[in-house]
Amino acid sequence: MELGPYILLASLEGSVTAAVLALTAVGLSLVFGVMRVVNIAHGEFFMLGAVIAWFVAHSLGGNAALGFAAALIIAPLLVGALAIGADMTILKRLKYDPERTIVATIGLLYIIQQVTLMTYGPEARPVEAPFNTRLAIPWFEWGDDGFSLYWPWGLSTTSYKLAVIGAAITVLMGVWVLMTRTRIGLVMRATQADRDMALAFGIPVERVYAMVFGLGAALAAFSAVLIVPIQQAHYLMGADPLLLSFIVVIIGGLGSLPGTVLAAVLIGLSDGIISVFFSPTLAKILATLLVGLVLVFRPHGLFGVRNG
Amino acid sequence: MLELRGVNAGYGRAQILRDLSLTVRRGEILCLLGRNGAGKTTTMQAIMGLLPLMSGSVHLDDQEVSALSSHEIPRAGIGYIPQGRRLFAGLTVAQNLEIGLRARNSGPEVLDDVLSLFPRLRERYRQRAQTLSGGEQQMLATARALCLQPKALLLDEPTEGLQPSMIEAIRQVIVKMRETGVAILLVEQRVDAVLSVADHVAFIENGRKGAVFPAAELQADHSIVERYVGV
Repeated sequence: MELGPYILLASLEGSVTAAVLALTAVGLSLVFGVMRVVNIAHGEFFMLGAVIAWFVAHSLGGNAALGFAAALIIAPLLVGALAIGADMTILKRLKYDPERTIVATIGLLYIIQQVTLMTYGPEARPVEAPFNTRLAIPWFEWGDDGFSLYWPWGLSTTSYKLAVIGAAITVLMGVWVLMTRTRIGLVMRATQADRDMALAFGIPVERVYAMVFGLGAALAAFSAVLIVPIQQAHYLMGADPLLLSFIVVIIGGLGSLPGTVLAAVLIGLSDGIISVFFSPTLAKILATLLVGLVLVFRPHGLFGVRNG
Repeated sequence: MLELRGVNAGYGRAQILRDLSLTVRRGEILCLLGRNGAGKTTTMQAIMGLLPLMSGSVHLDDQEVSALSSHEIPRAGIGYIPQGRRLFAGLTVAQNLEIGLRARNSGPEVLDDVLSLFPRLRERYRQRAQTLSGGEQQMLATARALCLQPKALLLDEPTEGLQPSMIEAIRQVIVKMRETGVAILLVEQRVDAVLSVADHVAFIENGRKGAVFPAAELQADHSIVERYVGV
């Protein structure tokens, strides 16, 4: 097989990574942008989404599609509710102080992780995809008799992977509409711009914060449900998405949603391609190097806004 | 009527305001004069509930607003025009005004009234707030507060860094608000600009209230101002 099909295959795998990463990172970016809280527990909300998806699918048994659909709704709602509870009982009492919330969310990370280990256990468990048809992809060649298509061996994807990309794009567009076209989005952006002035104009900032924290966690949980048929649910699975989300959010510019999505596509695709041709470790090294370069040359990220 | 009764407040353990009592009647402009760091801006933040009171209380008409949570204080009818404007960056003129309108569920006729006071904002309606000129930003900050149909209005250095024509426009709006019976608390550095518009002037020093004079009296005898503010 020539080089072209390999690159196509790698980009397809990379797109799935990018889609899930974009959703997770947008959650982290929203929380940082509006609340100025660096949420170290974000990866654990992701992990909880996957674990809850397994519980839901497992207890419903029978039909894979039904169990998965239920998980897609229940997991983000439960995780969002848990995050709102954590916001009201912990972060609010710390007055959203930037340093103390970092320590608090580190604590939250270990609590969630250990409780999951004690209840769900150390096994990695799969959730069955609702549909999973193998789709062969054609490639073209210039033969003796001109242009022709053929199906190289191994060049394929699954209908589920394409659906993951589609679902992620749909939800991201939903978040965009929420932020730019709705009343709640306006209130969230005003709070992000100036917290004290938001208060001075009657915006219940604490309620906005609780909602944003819940929404951020729900986005992480949603993307975890999407990935769990490909990756399996495990109590330590939150570390990688957390690290990659931070990389993406820093490159894209803290608090900038378009920057976050663009950086996720960049990191996801390059991760896929570099992992196929070289090694996954090299992909991580290059991503981290990129973060370093961005921090040196554009400290506010590619799309970051300098705040007064 | 806006009334502060024995207010003590500060940042953390650093107390700024000490037993500060002030009264601003409806249809009156009271100006706070004092040196830098005397506690003028802190007074306004304390009224808005942006810093916690150590003791004392703030009343608007018969309501004790200092007992409300911070976001409910503007809903009681206090409009705040902070120093440095502090518009919602990234939001358009229309969206900044919308935030103001929603605070007290003001209707579209309020928006019309406010925009007729500042026709310039109508031209800039879809522009982002940070792209406006300094004077236009001050107009927007004022308009945003007027969207609350406030019973009391707090203005913190509204003419800072503006050209004379803008200062005059802002001044006229303040006088118009006084005519409609709004209680106005004004902080201003430029003494001359103040004396022509204020009814009373209260001096503030180290967070304590000094004497209160009718503005006319200060206009007649300028030495009082120099004694307190020491220019």
